[in-house]
Amino acid sequence: MEIETLRTLLAEHPFAQGLDNRYVDLLVGCATNVRFQAGEYIFREGGNADQFYLLRHGRAALEIYAAQHGSITVMTVGQGEMVGWSWLFPPYRWVFDARALELTRAIALDGKCLRQKCEQDHELGYELMKRIVQVLEQRLQATRLQLLNLYDLQPQPAEARSR
Amino acid sequence: MMTHPMVPDPWRVQRVRRDTADTFTMELESANGKHSLAFAPGQFNMLYLFGVGEVPISISGDPAKPGTLVHTTREVGTVTRAMRKLKPSDCMGVRGPFGVGWPVTEARGADVVIVAGGIGLAPLRPALYQLLAARNYYGKVVLLYGTRTPADILFRKELQNWHSRFDLEVHVTVDRAMGNWRGNVGVVTTLIPRAPFDPHSTVAMVCGPEVMMRFTVQELEKRGVALENIYLSMERNMKCAAGFCGHCQYGPTFICKDGPVFRYDRLQPLMTVREM
Repeated sequence: MEIETLRTLLAEHPFAQGLDNRYVDLLVGCATNVRFQAGEYIFREGGNADQFYLLRHGRAALEIYAAQHGSITVMTVGQGEMVGWSWLFPPYRWVFDARALELTRAIALDGKCLRQKCEQDHELGYELMKRIVQVLEQRLQATRLQLLNLYDLQPQPAEARSR
Repeated sequence: MMTHPMVPDPWRVQRVRRDTADTFTMELESANGKHSLAFAPGQFNMLYLFGVGEVPISISGDPAKPGTLVHTTREVGTVTRAMRKLKPSDCMGVRGPFGVGWPVTEARGADVVIVAGGIGLAPLRPALYQLLAARNYYGKVVLLYGTRTPADILFRKELQNWHSRFDLEVHVTVDRAMGNWRGNVGVVTTLIPRAPFDPHSTVAMVCGPEVMMRFTVQELEKRGVALENIYLSMERNMKCAAGFCGHCQYGPTFICKDGPVFRYDRLQPLMTVREM
């Protein structure tokens, strides 16, 4: 019953959309249902990156700690999104902190378990990589726009229309 | 009512309110008491500060209250800096309203998603007033608003009121945040994939820096919103505001007369031409 519920939750998550049923079953074998209270850390910089998270409900902040400034939020993620890819690459350590901003429910997927399954079945690996690369592409694009400092880009001349 | 499109009417400042460090809102009333100014959401006026200059500024007030003209603008040049210093009862010239506005009536029956970046929220606010005044005619109404930092959030009180409504989804995000900000962080385009609207029956109204609008269109398209249902408000150097001078010519169109609001599928071939 427990596994059946988890399977349903996983199959409904946008990350698993279009994924073959047999692969959803495989993922369930590496999945657990988790929840985090507001303010609770999901993972912390430097910790072992042995899982990633598919958010089902709530919001989380990705943060970096800077001395004398405290935690700086670099982005927030919410329902339907994925958090964490440090489990994919050595040395498998988190680069940022992730902290729940409100009660957050997620599916945690065991990275080590998944890496082994992907090595054994490259088709599964390809399906997962397609999804992860899409997330990476979205994050990279969003980061580039953040770096652009869009709202300081003025039309020329300055008073073309000040909105 | 407008007299002649090239002759400004005198309007008097009722109030000037600072919204953020570089943005302010002016409320004006007719100086001779004779004029009210009916306008459509998304239209703009030419505001003439005597002896300084004239600038095009979108109307940010409620179309249901045409007796008071409301303009929200950023201090970016000589005229707007001088406007910021106006006091109640000071006078300025107003020509307008000009241009084509948001398709608020045409969107009836559909979901409406409003995507605003920075000061781009100002020309969209009249559309939101009108949508909310006839709320039953629309499906979901979603406002996605992005700005630089929490200190740059416009119309903060109103956003809080809108956020508390059950019939309006409001999501605000900032590019950078420190301290006690508990809201979203990330560019406004990141809100689109998880925003609750039916892409196959949605009209999108987008206003902000042009780069932001281009990426917003991409995200809306990824969600499945038809290009002919996406509307953008364009910004170019407008002078006469009536399509005579050609300063704001954009390919075969004039932003002042044929816009500033355009359907995206009509703009698409022009937006990739860098020389424009």
